[in-house]
Amino acid sequence: MSSDAEQKAEASHTRAAWLLSTPALIVLLFAASGPLLIVLAYSFLAPGKYGNVIWDFDLNGWIGILYTRDIFDGTLKLADAHLSIFWRSVKLSLMTTAITFAVGFPTAWFIATRPPKQRAFWLFLITIPFWTNLLIRTVAINEVIRNEGLLNSTLIWLGVISEPIRIIYTDTAVLIGMAYVYLPLMVLPLYAAIDRFDMRLLEAGYDLYASRWRVLRRVILPIVKPGIVAGSILVFVPSLGAYVTPRVLGGGKNMMIGNFIELQFGQGRNWPLGAALSMTLLVVVMVALLIYVRAANKEGNPHG
Amino acid sequence: MAERAFEIARLPGFRSIAITAFVLLYLPIITLVVYSFNSGQSVAVWEGFSLDWYGKAWANEAVKGATFRSLLIAASASAIATTVATMAALGTTRRKAFKGQTFIYVMINQPLMVPEIVTAVALLIFFASIKVATGYTGLIYLIVAHAAFCIPFAYLPIRARLEGMDLTLETAAADLYASHWRTFRRVTLPLMLPGIIAGAMLAFVISLDDVVITEFVKSGGQDTLPTYMLGQMRRAVTPEVNAISTVLLALTVVMLTAFFLLTRKND
Repeated sequence: MSSDAEQKAEASHTRAAWLLSTPALIVLLFAASGPLLIVLAYSFLAPGKYGNVIWDFDLNGWIGILYTRDIFDGTLKLADAHLSIFWRSVKLSLMTTAITFAVGFPTAWFIATRPPKQRAFWLFLITIPFWTNLLIRTVAINEVIRNEGLLNSTLIWLGVISEPIRIIYTDTAVLIGMAYVYLPLMVLPLYAAIDRFDMRLLEAGYDLYASRWRVLRRVILPIVKPGIVAGSILVFVPSLGAYVTPRVLGGGKNMMIGNFIELQFGQGRNWPLGAALSMTLLVVVMVALLIYVRAANKEGNPHG
Repeated sequence: MAERAFEIARLPGFRSIAITAFVLLYLPIITLVVYSFNSGQSVAVWEGFSLDWYGKAWANEAVKGATFRSLLIAASASAIATTVATMAALGTTRRKAFKGQTFIYVMINQPLMVPEIVTAVALLIFFASIKVATGYTGLIYLIVAHAAFCIPFAYLPIRARLEGMDLTLETAAADLYASHWRTFRRVTLPLMLPGIIAGAMLAFVISLDDVVITEFVKSGGQDTLPTYMLGQMRRAVTPEVNAISTVLLALTVVMLTAFFLLTRKND
C-alpha cells in the first residue's frame, strides 16, 4: 500500500521536474538541438545553384569532404586544398594545446602554491581574460603583432630590425592568437588538479633523493594527469572549431575548418558539403569531450 | 626566501614563466585600452590623451544602432534564458534522481558542447527557411538564438545556489500553514535571488559578447557591436574599434566583479 503511495509520489515528482524544465527544453530544441538534425539532413541533399539545397538524396556532400570531381571527366581525386585545411586545423590546434600547456602548467603551479589568501587574486587575473570577449582579445593581440603594431614598432625603435617582421596573416599569427585566447582554458583545470595535489608527496620524493626534475616527472605529472587531459581537451576543442581568430589574424588564405565551413554557405554555394563538414567537426568534438568527461570523473575520484 | 633553504613546492623557472604569462596576458589588453585614448591614428606613437575616438565612434550612426541592438538583444535574451533556467533549476535540483534527468542535463548543457560554428550554421539553415516562409526578418531570431546558448550560463549559478540552500526554512514556512505558492514567493525565491541575478548577469555578458552565431543569424542591417567590429577588421583597424572594445571590456569587468561578489557571499 505504502509502495503504491510512494510510486504515485515519485510519478508526480518526475512530472513536476519535467513540467518545470519544459520551457527551457522548448527554447533549446528550437534554437540549439533541433536545427542540428536539419544540418544532418542537409548533408545528404544536393546543392542548389545559388546556395540552399535541392531535395534529392545525394552523397556528394560527404564525398566532397575528401574528394573533388574532375570538371571534365567526372573522376574523383583527393582534394588537396581540403586536406591542407584539415591538416592546418589539426596541426595548429595541437600546437596551441602544447604551447598553452607549456605556459599554463607553470602558471597554474605558481597560483596553487601561493598563500591561500593570494590565490583568489591570481585566479581572478586568469578569469577576467577568460570571460572577456574573444573578439576583443583577438583585436588586442592584433594590435601587438600587426606590421605597425606594438611588437614591430618597439623592435624598430630599439634598432633590432629595420623592416617590420610580417606575422599577421600567417599560420604563426593564428597560432599566437589561439594560444593567447585559450590560455585561461588550460590554466583553470590544471589549477583545480594541482590544488588538490598533496604537497607532502614532494617531501617524500625529495627524502628519497629524487631531483626536482624527477619529482616533476614521476610524482607530480602522473597525479595531475586528469587535469592535464581536461585542460588539453578544453583548449583543443575550441581551437579545432575556431572561427574568429583565424578569420581576423589568418586573413582569407590561412583558413581553418570553421572558416572553410562558412565558405560553403557563402561563396562556395555548397550547403551539403558545409553541412557534412559541420557534422564531421561535431563528431570529432564529441569524441574529444567523451575523453574529457572520463578524465574529469577520474579527477573527482582519484582512488577509483 | 633566504631563511628557507629548501622550498618544497618550488620548481625551477616556474615562477618566471608564470609572471611572464600574466604580463603577456594583460599587455595586449592594456595596449588596446591605452591606445583607445591616443589622439593619433597609430598604436605605435603616443600623440597625447584624447577622447576623440570615443566621440567618433559615438557619432557613427552604425555604432549607435549596433550598441542599441546589442543591449536590446542581451537584455531580452538574458531575461528569457534566466526565466526558463530558473524553472529548470527548480525542477532538476533538490530531488531524487528521476526518469530523464540525464537527458535534461545534456539538453541544457548542449550549447556548451557543440562547436559554435556548427550551431551557427544550423541556425542559419533553419532560420533562413523560416524567414523565407514567413517573410519576417526581425530581431526575434537573434533573441531566441541568444536565449538558447545563454541557458546553461544562467542555469549553472542558479542550480549551485539552490543546492547550497537550507531546506529547513521552507519546511518551517509550510509548518506555519503557508501555501506552496506563498512559501515559494516569500522564502524560496528571496533565498535563490543572488543565484538568479548572477545567472542573469552571466547570460547578459555571454549574449553581449557573441560573434559567431550572431554573424550567421543576423539579417541585413542587424549588426551588433561585436559583428560590427568583425566587419571593420576586414579593413584597416582604426582606434575606433579600440574605443568600442574598451567600452565592452569595461562593461564585462564591472559585471564580472559584481558576479563574483554575489556568488562569494553564499560560501
